Amino acid sequence: MGATSWSRAEMAARVARDIPDGAVVNLGIGLPTMVANHLPADREVVLHSENGVIGMGPAPAEGEEDFDLINAGKQPVTLLAGGSFFHHADSFAMMRGGHLDVCVLGAFQVSAGGDLANWHTGAADAIPAVGGAMDLAIGAKKTYVMMEHTTKSGGHKIVAQCTYPLTGIGCVARIYTDLAVIDVTPSGLVLVDHPEGVRFEDLQAKTGAPLARPLEPRHESD
Amino acid sequence: MIEKQVASLHEAVADVADGSTVMIGGFGTAGLPNELVGALLAQGARDLTIVNNNAGNGDTGLAALLAARRVKKIICSFPRQTDSHHFDGLYRAGEIELELVPQGNLAERIRAAGAGIGGFFTPTGYGTDLAKGKETREIDGRMYVFESPLHADYAFIKAERGDRWGNLTYRMTARNFGPVMAMAAKTTVATVHEIVPLGSLDPEAVVTPGIFVQRIVCIDRVATSAGGFKQQA
Repeated sequence: MGATSWSRAEMAARVARDIPDGAVVNLGIGLPTMVANHLPADREVVLHSENGVIGMGPAPAEGEEDFDLINAGKQPVTLLAGGSFFHHADSFAMMRGGHLDVCVLGAFQVSAGGDLANWHTGAADAIPAVGGAMDLAIGAKKTYVMMEHTTKSGGHKIVAQCTYPLTGIGCVARIYTDLAVIDVTPSGLVLVDHPEGVRFEDLQAKTGAPLARPLEPRHESD
Repeated sequence: MIEKQVASLHEAVADVADGSTVMIGGFGTAGLPNELVGALLAQGARDLTIVNNNAGNGDTGLAALLAARRVKKIICSFPRQTDSHHFDGLYRAGEIELELVPQGNLAERIRAAGAGIGGFFTPTGYGTDLAKGKETREIDGRMYVFESPLHADYAFIKAERGDRWGNLTYRMTARNFGPVMAMAAKTTVATVHEIVPLGSLDPEAVVTPGIFVQRIVCIDRVATSAGGFKQQA
């Protein structure tokens, strides 16, 4: 019996494993930002941030911060050799124009059809703020979501239909949670990976839409 | 003789009339022309429509302009921040109008205005609350939303170096909205940290050609994170 869930660092490492050498990637604010710390050293992955930088490096040493060089989360970052700066219209052209290979976003809800809700709870007293979420969701070649599998109270975040206001329609390709990696396919959600100790029945109960097991390798005798 | 340098921040914003639409550059505080916003606060114009990515941080700059109730409407992508208390209070009290625009649509609407484009179809926001009531169209099997250009009377932006023709270079991610806002306003006012003789800026490195800039003001560097600059270059 193995682990029954992945830690946040393990989730980040699991996402990082799927990012190929040479990819240009945008990591959303919060949990997705952790993916940067787990990218394999033998792969050259280029990080884009929507405020106008590509080729972003790690956080600077204390005392070395320059607040003209920040990421979308408004934290100081560094620039790698080969990196460049550009204005906002060009930065969003990189997304909308399909030039980004992968973006990794957080989410409130993802539907079985790949609809994403991550910008607004719709609560009456909430102040709406969208930033670049809608552009990122529909712009990258592949949009990955990284989130806890359920809400703090155990409610479904992977749902048949989103009840929160949508960020984008049919835009999510893959969902990474603490309990599973799930592909969004035309025929529905397909389980790709999970911590060793997770039972399929438990995972299905925590998922608000039908989950298909991965196709077993076919044997000659079948 | 072309001379776009003006002597003071006060002079640079003196003619902003009540009811003007003013674009303010910056993403968070990087590239935010706090000094021009301060001068606008002192100048007294009211009923302003402000275009900025955010809706003020802390108690200075744009936040101070909001707190002084000089802004009737804000067009932005991300008003809610940990330190956006002035906006939050006005919004909850129904005392400020908010037009929330996805960030890429905001940048492209500004660019379109500057480029003389009458609007554009974008996939961003299709099917969401932010596209409600807007014209949609299917193009090559994909759904798009019509977005209109966003013009302004003034753009206040922060650049790094300039010359008397108004040519500008920027510094790192402080560039953000500066180049597109400069194109979209009738009058663009840029602050720079250095004004150099004509011909000193590498023509290959000029980011905003002077045609888009009407006034430049030289300001001191401010050694603070809120000013977007901490270390000497």
